[in-house]
Amino acid sequence: MSKAILYDATLCINCKQCEAACAEKNQLRYDDAVAAEDRQSEHKFTVVLAKGDKYMRRLCMNCADPACASVCPVAALRKTPEGPVIYEASRCMGCRYCMVACPFGVPKYEWNKLVPRVQKCTMCSDRVEAGKQTSCADACPTGATKFGERDELITEAQQRLHDNPGKYVNHIYGLNEVGGTSVLLLSSVPFEEFGYRTDLTRDPLPLFTYRVLSRIPDFIPLGGVVLGGVWWITHRREEVAAEEEPPKKTVFYPSSDPSQGDRRAK
Amino acid sequence: MKIKLSFWKLVFFFLMAAGVYATYVRFAKGLGPSTNLSDQFPWGIWIGFDVLCGVMLAAGGFTLTAAVHILNIKRLKPIVRPTILTAFLGYVLVSVALLFDLGKPYNIWHPLIMRNPHSVMFEVAYCVMLYTAVLSLEFAPIVLERFNLQKPLKIIRAVLIPLVIGGVILSTLHQSSLGTLYLIMPEKLHPFWYTPLLPVFFFLSAIAVGLAMTIFESSMSAKHFGRQLELPIIQELGRVLLVVLSVYGILRFEDLLHRGVLKLLFQPSYETYLFWLELTLALILPLALLTQKKVRMTAGGLYVTAVLVVLGFITNRLNVSITGLEGSAGVRYIPKWTELAITAAIIAAGFALFGLATKYLPIFPSETEHVAHEPEVVVGSEVLSHAGD
Repeated sequence: MSKAILYDATLCINCKQCEAACAEKNQLRYDDAVAAEDRQSEHKFTVVLAKGDKYMRRLCMNCADPACASVCPVAALRKTPEGPVIYEASRCMGCRYCMVACPFGVPKYEWNKLVPRVQKCTMCSDRVEAGKQTSCADACPTGATKFGERDELITEAQQRLHDNPGKYVNHIYGLNEVGGTSVLLLSSVPFEEFGYRTDLTRDPLPLFTYRVLSRIPDFIPLGGVVLGGVWWITHRREEVAAEEEPPKKTVFYPSSDPSQGDRRAK
Repeated sequence: MKIKLSFWKLVFFFLMAAGVYATYVRFAKGLGPSTNLSDQFPWGIWIGFDVLCGVMLAAGGFTLTAAVHILNIKRLKPIVRPTILTAFLGYVLVSVALLFDLGKPYNIWHPLIMRNPHSVMFEVAYCVMLYTAVLSLEFAPIVLERFNLQKPLKIIRAVLIPLVIGGVILSTLHQSSLGTLYLIMPEKLHPFWYTPLLPVFFFLSAIAVGLAMTIFESSMSAKHFGRQLELPIIQELGRVLLVVLSVYGILRFEDLLHRGVLKLLFQPSYETYLFWLELTLALILPLALLTQKKVRMTAGGLYVTAVLVVLGFITNRLNVSITGLEGSAGVRYIPKWTELAITAAIIAAGFALFGLATKYLPIFPSETEHVAHEPEVVVGSEVLSHAGD
């Protein structure tokens, strides 16, 4: 079954243990300077944002039907059955379409390297595959970040919303956004305040291009036959005309327009 | 004339020198130091201009081969070669530009073996690759003819029609697919430009630009090389251009109407100004000009119209790929000098190669060439007189 992360902002204490654990897992530098950065980047895959005493995590949402994986021409990005969206740097050619396509602006690029990679949270895919939870969930001291089966986490989130009327914004972010994500968020303040768009479509984004793309295999034979047919008709007329009245000009210019022949003769 | 030529040569060498230095910066220091691209704005003018506009400007190749070889419109025959030349050069230069933009350009061949048929980019990569191969075969006869190589000419002549049909299908697919690329970002692209009809608009405008470029090239060649197409042919192209632009204009209007975007057109904003600029250059002025018989029938009028159409749809592609995405990205993108230098060097190389080709290869019909070819044609060497058209 598909795994997911449930982040409940009301339980978060901004200790940034998830940031530190994430950096360690992905072998990234983590010090006070990095801790102070409030943006995801190629060297910081998750970030805890703070507005007064309200907090919110940002990380790759690991969409159920990810735009990034759908647009990647070389399948360097892939959704695994366990949930994580993983990246294989050796396949990547650096077109950066994933960055343009991602509705959450997650994939980041190593702009200053000569052999650059796309960088993002991959939901600790190796740990998840081995049956362990993600590093961030492992490190969280309060249970604000919780790892588990997606279905069970959804039930739990719904229960929390039900049991605490008024405490939360009545919305599980990630339940339906762009077709659902493997990261689910609960918050007591509107998600927009931390840059999460709530106007996203509920359709998986890959549908938007696949609706067009899937027509192509049908179009090729159809186009070929139509064009071939037009060619046959337009040239047949000419052959018939030549049969009926064999003009001298066509002897010299076998498939040429007589008017062009005249022009040349001038 | 001599002073003018050496002036342009000077410009050319300056642009090339700047381009070479920018190339060094790009490959020695990486994308970060050589561009103004960022995590917020990952695609700049190398995609927006070099690739999107490059492919669009090369659309004359498939438009004219289809008109002459499939629809059998013989009077347009003399322009097929210049358009094939433009298309061939265009696609080669687009591929060169891509090598600059890709983070790992040496992996450009990966789509050959690492497939993702759900990716529009994958489809575009295949179409562009195959169509460049088709174009080189369509272009080959011009070179073969120059060196009088009969055998390969015969082979190409034999497969010309399937080749042309393949080329038209491939072009239809990737010209429209460059629009499909942006369908995945309904929340990011500004409503002026995001529409499910993007592929249709990209395809129709490619045809319009293909026609406009043919008119433009003919005039340029007349000025600099003394070779041009006859006025009746250009007038014919002007008439078709008027029809294509009208169809495009109606569709574009209907699309804005049905998506309820018309009211946004009069709210002042950065996007509104650039949308109106695009509309004025690509549709309003050209339609106003082409509907005047005085303009439509003169070489000068058609030349001005063609330039407007080309500039208008360049604005359109830049609006889709840059202007329309700046709002959601929350940043303004202005290309760095290195980005501009490389783009300018690629354009300069295009002009120079076009000039060289028209000088040394039988591209434009001219009196002397007819005389030179006449004996061969009379012998009935159909291959020689028509291959490569």
